Amino acid sequence: MKKIVNVIICGTGGQGILLTSEVLCAAAKYSGYDVKKSEVHGMSQRGGSVSSHVRFGEKIYSPLVEKGDADLILALEKMEGLRWTPFLSPEGKLIACDLKITPMTVNTGHAVYPDIDKMLEENEIPYQLVKAYEKAIELGNVRVMNVVLIGAIASSLPIKQGVWIKAITERVPPKALEVNLKAFEEGKKLTV
Amino acid sequence: MKKKLNTVDSGVLLLSGNEAIARGAWEYGVHFAAAYPGTPSTEILETVAEEYDEIDCQWAPNEKVSLEVVAGASFAGARVLCAMKHVGLNVAADPLFTLSYLGVKGGMVIITADDPSMHSSQNEQDNRLMGKAAKVIVLEPSDSQEAKDMVGEAIKISEEFDTPVLIRLTTRICHSKSLVEVGPRKEVDITGYEKNIAKYVPIPSNARKMHTKVEARLLKLSEYGADSPLNRIELGNKEIGIITGGVSYQYVKEVYPEASVLKIGICNPLPWKLIEKFIGMVSKVIFVEENEPFLEEQIRSKFLIDAHGKKYIPIEGELNPELVRTGLKPGTEIPLTFQEVKLPARPPALCPGCPHRGAFYILSKLGRSSTGDIGCYTLGLMPPYNALETTVCMGAAIGVLSGIEKATGRDQLNRLVSAIGESTFVHSGITGLIDMVYNGNTGTVMIMDNSLTAMTGGQENPTTGKNLKGEPAPVLDMEEIAKACGVKHVHVIDPHDLPAIEKLFKEEMAREELSVIITKRPCIMCYRPKQSNTAIVDKDRCIGCRLCMKLGCPAISWGDDEKPEITPMLCWPDCNLCVQVCPVDAISLERGE
Repeated sequence: MKKIVNVIICGTGGQGILLTSEVLCAAAKYSGYDVKKSEVHGMSQRGGSVSSHVRFGEKIYSPLVEKGDADLILALEKMEGLRWTPFLSPEGKLIACDLKITPMTVNTGHAVYPDIDKMLEENEIPYQLVKAYEKAIELGNVRVMNVVLIGAIASSLPIKQGVWIKAITERVPPKALEVNLKAFEEGKKLTV
Repeated sequence: MKKKLNTVDSGVLLLSGNEAIARGAWEYGVHFAAAYPGTPSTEILETVAEEYDEIDCQWAPNEKVSLEVVAGASFAGARVLCAMKHVGLNVAADPLFTLSYLGVKGGMVIITADDPSMHSSQNEQDNRLMGKAAKVIVLEPSDSQEAKDMVGEAIKISEEFDTPVLIRLTTRICHSKSLVEVGPRKEVDITGYEKNIAKYVPIPSNARKMHTKVEARLLKLSEYGADSPLNRIELGNKEIGIITGGVSYQYVKEVYPEASVLKIGICNPLPWKLIEKFIGMVSKVIFVEENEPFLEEQIRSKFLIDAHGKKYIPIEGELNPELVRTGLKPGTEIPLTFQEVKLPARPPALCPGCPHRGAFYILSKLGRSSTGDIGCYTLGLMPPYNALETTVCMGAAIGVLSGIEKATGRDQLNRLVSAIGESTFVHSGITGLIDMVYNGNTGTVMIMDNSLTAMTGGQENPTTGKNLKGEPAPVLDMEEIAKACGVKHVHVIDPHDLPAIEKLFKEEMAREELSVIITKRPCIMCYRPKQSNTAIVDKDRCIGCRLCMKLGCPAISWGDDEKPEITPMLCWPDCNLCVQVCPVDAISLERGE
């Protein structure tokens, strides 16, 4: 394993990106790594693009991932995933929720939502689209979509199963714990 | 209330810079804290309120008041903290510049959260310059651990040197999380107020003596800084010596681990002796700092050395590892495997159900617009509304409209209203309204009352009926305030009653007298409707006229069939604007379970 793991989590405001990165950071911390994460709050949360940079390893200086250096991009919306691909390292990969949320520029007719699947192919992006939204609906709670996605990235990162469970357990409301743990397990199956 | 995750006496926590400042306030015995919310500083006081019951805390109507209140508490011997965004310090500059002369009794820490790259701000001012102008000591942390530790150091320096201490954060410190070793609270007593005219009343004869003390204090603090661990030399390759501070330090260590570094943690006054020593140790000096060449200009002119920073590092925007790498080590850039793809932008938008939507929709429909202000409603400038065309600073919506009338008479007043949120109106709009009354202006002021300071994430204010701790508080009545200022025509209206607000705009903007329209409807962050209605489109009835698209609602998108699609997950249950605007009744509310 290389010394530092760089992850970018991206999507649109209101999707729960901050919670997702909190779980990842907690899991990295419990695994004994130094960890930093960075994101921007405020204006961007009103439905705009939102991203969180997470870095962990033996010793971390910069809280920001450098372009061309991300091991993993987790996208909660697929166009946002494609937007961040210049950050991927040659060995990196994009795991994106197969979900389309049209931005206001598209709604108002100022732009067209492109065929993202085709563009991912054409640009030769190493990617995997996962049906996390559908899985969350199936589990009866659309809000567990991020935990499904956390399950989907779990095996790509040097973090042990028990640690993920601990990090999730601490951060979700007790009465929603069962469905979240189920979501995590189901998410893992989406990327095997 | 959120779960209290961080109220432990020891251990290692993952904290944001803002959470670390709050933690530092608790550990180092701060008794009282006040602020006005402002990105990226807001979570400091929110964390104090959520996590640390030992600290009394409150929102103030604006930054100036917050600093005055903590000043009083400091005079009475309490340890105090005041937090604001960078432009907030402009509002609080009046007390700050004189508090520098008066000094403190209990330790006084003032946080300025600067916003390089203007993620959520109107300018990119570098408040290290404000600290220098105010002649106060400025500390600058480079991660959360330092942010917490520096609160302790700030309290110590404040009490020892009788001075307010400014801690300058930036967005990247405020909103980045890193590991912090925490400890227990060290409780100290509030020492009490003692009358001391020579110290607390800067009449000219006293103020002159105070200024002499301030100058002596700066000299002593420069000496102090030369020995302080907050400024340190990390010796590496002596060919190159980088002078840096704040988050830039982290980028330097990331891309240039072998270089010698002088890490500046106290950036005003500068530790001249330590800097002289460092310059003597290395062959070439380079400055890496965000925004202004603050270190560069002072150090170059003091030592007359041929050393640069802004030659390599941009003055605009925040830095990142790439910019530092490109500036310092051209040729070592990480090659991009995947190139940038051109994609539609995703700008922020008013939320589904947002109370501001009705007012902007009608302004837009009438071909009218507004002088605007700072808040969610600044988004009224975006398509499809295009209904906001000036923004200066908190409160300026009102003064700008007055000034336009002074210059061009009523020409623009049939087209422009002043659009200002209730929190911004209380912050610094009231004085603008008094000015309009006093000087005979005849425009229309729209106070957009959504009962929440919303853009910063949803904070209470004097109009919401609750304080920072969530306790009941008196409600400031905006209608009575407007009347008390002398406005004769004051109207309160639900901005989602489209025919009524359209009629009101037409009447009041035509009236050759000053009027105030209060659009009253709560922000969707304030409540969760009981019913779960969803708007649905009858595609057979829809004529594809696109009127509903003019609402700019994120829940409505344009389908491939040239008819609107409404996303149930996004649709706000007690909003019916699209139902109102559809000319053929093709949209209706479907009652959910």
